Amino acid sequence: MARTFELPDLGEGIHEGEIIEILVSVGDEVEEGDDILVVETDKAAVEIPSPYTGEVTGIEVEPGDMVHVGDTIIRFSGGEDEEPVEPKEGPPVEAPEEAAEEVEEEAALEAPPEREGPIPASPATRRLARELGIDLREVPPSGPAGRVTAEDVRAFADRKAEEEEAPAPREEAPERVPTELPEAIPHGAIPSLPDFSRWGEVERMPLRSVRRATARQMALAWSQIPHVNHQDKADLTELERFRRRHRERIEEEGGRLTPTVFAMKAVVAALKQHPRFNASLDPENEEIILKQYYHIGVAVDTDRGLLVPVIRDVDRKSITQLSVELYDTVQRTRAGEATLDDLQGGTFTITNIGILGGTGFFPIINFPEVAILGMARARWEPIVGRNEAGEFETEPRYMLPLMVAFDHRVVDGADAARFMGVLKDALETPDKLLLTM
Amino acid sequence: MVMGEQTLETEVAVIGGGPGGYAAAFRAADLGLEVTLINQEERLGGVCLLRGCIPSKVLLEMSTLIHDAREARGWGLEYGEFQIDVDALRARKDLVIDRLVNGLETLAERRDVQVIQARAVFEASDQVRLQGESDVSHVKYRHAILASGSTPIPPPDTEFTEGSRIMSSKGALALPDIPETLLVVGAGYNGVELGSAYAILGSRVTIVEMEDTILPGVDPDLVKHLARRLRREVEAIHLNTMVESMEEHEDGVTVALKGDVDEREQTFDRVLVAIGRRPNSGDMGLENTDVQVEEDGFIAVDEERRTDDQHVFAVGDVVGAPMLAHKAIYEGKIAAEVIAGEPAAFDVRCIPAVVYTDPQIAWCGLSEAEAADQGRDVGVGTFPWAASGRALTMGATAGSTKIIFDAETERVLGVGIVGRGAEDMIAEGALAVEMGAVAQDLALTVHPHPTLAETEGEAAEAFLGLATHIISRRQ
Repeated sequence: MARTFELPDLGEGIHEGEIIEILVSVGDEVEEGDDILVVETDKAAVEIPSPYTGEVTGIEVEPGDMVHVGDTIIRFSGGEDEEPVEPKEGPPVEAPEEAAEEVEEEAALEAPPEREGPIPASPATRRLARELGIDLREVPPSGPAGRVTAEDVRAFADRKAEEEEAPAPREEAPERVPTELPEAIPHGAIPSLPDFSRWGEVERMPLRSVRRATARQMALAWSQIPHVNHQDKADLTELERFRRRHRERIEEEGGRLTPTVFAMKAVVAALKQHPRFNASLDPENEEIILKQYYHIGVAVDTDRGLLVPVIRDVDRKSITQLSVELYDTVQRTRAGEATLDDLQGGTFTITNIGILGGTGFFPIINFPEVAILGMARARWEPIVGRNEAGEFETEPRYMLPLMVAFDHRVVDGADAARFMGVLKDALETPDKLLLTM
Repeated sequence: MVMGEQTLETEVAVIGGGPGGYAAAFRAADLGLEVTLINQEERLGGVCLLRGCIPSKVLLEMSTLIHDAREARGWGLEYGEFQIDVDALRARKDLVIDRLVNGLETLAERRDVQVIQARAVFEASDQVRLQGESDVSHVKYRHAILASGSTPIPPPDTEFTEGSRIMSSKGALALPDIPETLLVVGAGYNGVELGSAYAILGSRVTIVEMEDTILPGVDPDLVKHLARRLRREVEAIHLNTMVESMEEHEDGVTVALKGDVDEREQTFDRVLVAIGRRPNSGDMGLENTDVQVEEDGFIAVDEERRTDDQHVFAVGDVVGAPMLAHKAIYEGKIAAEVIAGEPAAFDVRCIPAVVYTDPQIAWCGLSEAEAADQGRDVGVGTFPWAASGRALTMGATAGSTKIIFDAETERVLGVGIVGRGAEDMIAEGALAVEMGAVAQDLALTVHPHPTLAETEGEAAEAFLGLATHIISRRQ
């Protein structure tokens, strides 16, 4: 009997992944527990061990394929009464009986059954389906003996568009949402693209891996969350002095004392006073889920694209601890060593592009969080104030532009102003901030 | 004449002026694209119009008339002996071609399609060099549609030459004379069409075929009606027989045969070699593009008829079987629509085929043999033309209409017709297959009576066990 290896459950709500690398070839002998492939899920690469000992007789996927839990990935020879299994070219045509049964079971669960052969439909209906980007196989037929009509296709396209507009996941916890929803398309089908090569050379590049995940996550956030931005500047003059004083000591500890570290602490102070910024919205149940933990995501620019590793329990860690942990996490993330665990469970995100410059930007919230803090470049600016004699006086101050984008369904502009107030106050008076250490 | 190198820039360059090429050019122009059609020949129309389907139909029409006239003797038509004027027949054939070619040229002109007579050789993915008399030496394009067609395969170690007694279909259709004896090598549709035409025009025709049947691949119950008739018209049909050698001399061709034949060496006035066609994909500079040419010379395309080169599309005979003009026309239009940005694809359920003999054979979709090979559970509804009033009045009872259905869903999978006028009747079958029609759709469509077409409705009824004019048992 041949055995098949199907993609196992990869953990919390992860139902699909992209094949990054296949570590075995047809004919290889593998031991149970040997890593056989690398799958990327939700931006993290996971090595998958073999459940069997035996010879690899067939590989059904290629790097770049999206696979779903339960999909057949690799075939193994097995047991004593082994039947010769011919290596297959292309997708398996005659699936073994078990697999066929599984397909049937799945079909029973999910509404549209898998249909074989060409779908009966008139040529005009087939062209219409192409125009609307509909796979005829998915369309429930109304005609005799399973014939799909033009009306069936239109109705299906409308329903699909509505479903994609509908905001909420059902029973799933909010964290699962990003992997559950289809490509988020706000209103109906995307109009088809023109043939750009009519106007000059083009090159087509596959949307893969981190880029694909980012595209999906951003489209989701932008289409689901009514974003509002609130901006201010914090006077970092004192904090910068403090940072310079302690920088070397922290480096000796193996960390980096960056403005982000202080911002993390300041954010936690603000989140504690304004818990609805440390929350997620559950529209289905009409509830706001307030989180009693402070896990802060930090946006990291890597070769592969944007990744957001999460630093846990920021409220319970010292500046030194955070300096070391953040530095280590950023290094590991850049090296592609971040685990799925590292990339999940955040309650609020910080994105600091100060090192690259800029006077401000509008960050997009990391769905399903409620708010995000953006930091641009801090600069020395002439600040006008009054001296003790009540006269105007210009003084150079080290000013940091701060942007908070928030979900207006959960908090209001006044809340954001107050949240920003706490944040500013914490960053401007290091003594106070350090008390929260 | 302008000297030097002149490069023409165009949005769409169509290479080949046959049905695939002109259909692509016209559709592209109708969709607002700027089109240049590069045709190697002096006139538009390709093999189909200039030396294929159209001229052969002129000959076959004549042979049908002769056959009918002879038949009518028994019906009460009295006349003396008739004579065939080969020159007049040839002139009529040329007239038909001229009218159609002139029509195409007008259609091209009215659409502002620029036609250049030259041979195109690819220099890069976006450029061809032109060989010929034209002032234009190069054409640079955004998209090319390659419709270079196919050529008759000559016998091993020979080439077809002008004036030779060993002819391809081109030579036979030039109608040099009505030879006293003619050997037809290959009993595919080309061989049987021209063989039977020459037989009725007066030649003593011998047909040899390697396989054990004429029209290999077509359902035997359809072929038998034609075979019966052919055996009466021709001198001999040798199946399982090959030509070992051919020697042309001044007044004939001596042929050595091997197989089911008594007389191994025979001499004929002329020989028609109809053993197939091969795609025209060589010596075109395709290696300078990303176009992938397969081992058998066919060009690989996807359902949009796009080759592996993003700039180059290919349609018609050069992309594969069936090598039929209507397939090429359809593909040409698809390629043009894709270039214009429309969501088109070559997504058809069937490509009908017609053998223009008398009786004709036409089919579309799945044949009974193919259905059996696939192990499909099918049901067949057959209506023999002996039971058709119209066939009887026409003296055309040598015929049968057969529909292949999916046994479970009763959906029409294929249609096969043998008999007079099958060429027109098959269109209803093709529509049924494309529409996903079921047996009831055909049975419940009112067919005019008496017609041959009503046999399609009755064949569907026969499958349902309800045919009016025959006794059929419910399946």
